[in-house]
Amino acid sequence: MNSPERLGRRAAACRLIPIVSVLVPGLAPGLLLVALTLPLLALTRPLLAAPSDAPPAVTGITAADRWGDGGTAVVLEWTVAAGAVPEFFMIERAMSEAEVAGDLATARLERRRAAQRTAMQAVLADRGLDDSILARPMAIEPGLASRLRSVRAEAAAGIDALPDDAFDVARWMFVDRVEADAAQTEYRFVVDRLVRGESYRFRVIPWTGTAAGTPAEAAPVTTTLEPVDISRLWFFGIALVFCGAVVAFILIARSGRPLRVRRIAGLEAIDEAVGRATEMGRSVLFVPGIQDMNEMQTIAGITVLSRVAKTAAEYDARVEVPTARSLVMTTARETVQAAFLAAGRPDAYNEDLIYYVTDEQFGYVAYLSGMMVREKPAACIYMGMFYAESLILAETGNSIGAIQVAGTAQPAQLPFFVAACDYTLIGEEFFAASAYLSGSAEELGSLKGQDVGKIIVAVVLVIGVVLATAGAMAGADSDLGRTLAAWVGFLRDTVLA
Amino acid sequence: MQRTVPLLIAIVCGFTMIVSFFIPAAQRSGDDVAEIFNILAAVAFVLGGGNLLKIHLKKVSDQAAGWGYSLITVTAFLLTLCVGLFKIGANPADRYPGHAWSGEYSETGSAFWWIYEFVFKPITATMFAMLAFYVASAAFRAFRAKNTEAVLLLGTAFIILLGRTYAGVILTDWLPDSLSGLRFENLTMTIMNVFNTAGSRAIMIGIALGTASVSLKILLGVDRSYLGGGRG
Repeated sequence: MNSPERLGRRAAACRLIPIVSVLVPGLAPGLLLVALTLPLLALTRPLLAAPSDAPPAVTGITAADRWGDGGTAVVLEWTVAAGAVPEFFMIERAMSEAEVAGDLATARLERRRAAQRTAMQAVLADRGLDDSILARPMAIEPGLASRLRSVRAEAAAGIDALPDDAFDVARWMFVDRVEADAAQTEYRFVVDRLVRGESYRFRVIPWTGTAAGTPAEAAPVTTTLEPVDISRLWFFGIALVFCGAVVAFILIARSGRPLRVRRIAGLEAIDEAVGRATEMGRSVLFVPGIQDMNEMQTIAGITVLSRVAKTAAEYDARVEVPTARSLVMTTARETVQAAFLAAGRPDAYNEDLIYYVTDEQFGYVAYLSGMMVREKPAACIYMGMFYAESLILAETGNSIGAIQVAGTAQPAQLPFFVAACDYTLIGEEFFAASAYLSGSAEELGSLKGQDVGKIIVAVVLVIGVVLATAGAMAGADSDLGRTLAAWVGFLRDTVLA
Repeated sequence: MQRTVPLLIAIVCGFTMIVSFFIPAAQRSGDDVAEIFNILAAVAFVLGGGNLLKIHLKKVSDQAAGWGYSLITVTAFLLTLCVGLFKIGANPADRYPGHAWSGEYSETGSAFWWIYEFVFKPITATMFAMLAFYVASAAFRAFRAKNTEAVLLLGTAFIILLGRTYAGVILTDWLPDSLSGLRFENLTMTIMNVFNTAGSRAIMIGIALGTASVSLKILLGVDRSYLGGGRG
C-alpha cells in the first residue's frame, strides 16, 4: 500500500506538475497550489498512513546473569506500553564469532562438496559414466581416479579462494518465542543452556501477524559462575538426610544391634544353582551385563560374582565369565581370584575362564547363545545391565534346561527375565545382593538406611497426591486451585527435580 | 596396599563427582575424572583385543571343541583391523590429495565401510530379528492360565495387545460414548498410564535408592567386594 516504490512514483509525478503548469498558463494558479501540496502530502503520507496493527515498541530491555546457577542462564526483562499488545515476541541471540565461523565453514564445505561432485560428474560424463561408480572406488581405473582426484582438488581450491562475504550466513539466531498477554506490560524470560563465561547479546522483536516491530537490543551480558547451584539445594538436602540415615544404621549395626532382613529367594538360589552345576558336572555361566565398570549395575553384578565364585571354589565347580568390556574382564578376574583365595582354593583359579568377547551388543549375544547351546551350562546367572539381549539370553538358557537367576535394574528388561528365568532380582533386591550375601552387619545396616529414603519418598508422594486432589476439587480457575497447583508444581519441579 | 590404593582412588574419584554435581566451580574436576575413565577404557581396548587373540589362538592351536569358530573369529578380527588401519579403498582427504592414507577409514565406498554395511549390519539385524521369536515363545509360556494371577496377566496382555492394533479399535467401536472408557484402545491407555506407570515408578524409586546406597557403601569403603573377596 505504501511501498517505497509507490511513494517514489508519486513524488516523481509531483515534480512534473510545475513543468506542465508552464505549458498551460491558464491553469497555473490551481496547478501551482496542487504542485505545492502534493509533495508535502507525499512526504507526510507514511506517517499519516502508518498501519494501525504495527507492533508496539519494546522498551526497557535488560539482560542479567541468573544468580545461583552454573553460569548457564541469562534473565531477559522488557516492557511494552500499556494497551499496546503485539501478538508475540521473538527472542534472538547474536551469534558469537566462533559460531559464525562454524556456520561459514559449514557453508563453505557444502558448496565445496557440491562443486566437487559437479566437476567429477562432468569428467565421468565425458567418459560415458554416471556418478554411481563413485560409491565403488575400487572399480575406478587408475587413470580416471587420478583425473577425478585432480578435479576434486581444483574444485575445492576454487571454493576456498572465495571471500567470506560470498556466503550467506546469519548473524542472529532464534532462541524462543514468547506469547504476549493483553493484561501484561512487563515480561521476563530465562535463556538457559548458555556457556559459562561467555558474553552474549540478545534482542527482542515484537510481532503482530506478519509485521515485525523494531528490535530492542539489551546491553551485552556475561554469564558468571556462582559458588553454589541453588537449583540443586533441595536435592542436596534430601541426599544428606538419606546418606545420614544409611551411615546412622551402619553405626547402629556396628554397635551389635541385630537387624532383620527379609529373605530374597533369588539370592538363596545361587548356592542351589552352583550346587546343581557341580552335581551335573557342568559349568556355571555368569554374565555381568554389557556395560562398563562406570555403571553401578555392573559393580553390583561383580559383587554377586564374588559370592558365586567363592561357592564354586568350595564345590569345585567351573565358573565361566565372558565379558563385553575389557575393564569388566580385568575386574572380574581380580574378584574371582580373590574369591578362590578366600575359599582356600587358589590353585583351582583359571583366568582363561574369564575372557573378553566383544563390545558389540549382538556380537556378544551371538557368542553367548552359541556357547550355551554347545556347552550347555547347568546354571546361567545374569547380573548387570541388559538391553534387548536379555530375552535372547534367558530364552536360550531356558531352552537348554539351565537353572537361571537374573538381576537387573533395567525396568524394561525385568518382564523378560521374570518370564524366562527361575529367579529374578528386581531393582533394589539386586543392589541389596552384596549386603545379603555377605551377611555383614555394616552392609545390612545400609539396607535399613534405604528404608528411611522410602519413607521420605512416601511422605512426599502423599503430600503431592493430597495437594493435587484438593487443587482439582477446588477448580483450576479458583485462587485456591491455582495456589495448590503452584505448590504441586514446586514439589515436582523444584523438590523432586 | 594392593587393595588400599584402588580403594582410595575410588573414594577420591567418587567424592569428586559428587562435589562437582553440587558445586559448579568444581564441575571441571568431575569432567576430568570422567575423562580419566574414558582414557582407561580406551587403553583397555588393546587389552581386550590381546585377550581375544590369546584365547582363540589357543583354541585353534589345541584344536579344542569349536576351534573352527575361533578360527573364523580371529580371521574376521584381523581382517577388519587391517582393512581399517590401512584405510583400504578410502579416498585421500581433500586437503592432502597426494597422501593415500589421509582419508577417513569409514568413508562411503571404502572396504571398511563395505564390511560394516554388508557384513556387520545384516548379521546384527539378524540377531535382533530373532528377538521376535523369543518374545513369542516367552509369551506363550508366561501367559498360561495356571492360577488366578496368571489369568489376570493373560487378560491384561490380551487387552493391551488388542488395544495396540486396529483390530481392537474395530472390535469395540460400537460401544456408545458413555462407555468409551471400555473400548480396547482406551482400556490400554488406562492400564499403561495408571497401573503400569505406578508399578514401574515404584521399581524405579527402589532402584534409585539402591543405587545411592551402594554408591555410598563404596565411597565409605564399607563394600569392597568389587575389589575381590568380599570385605577386605
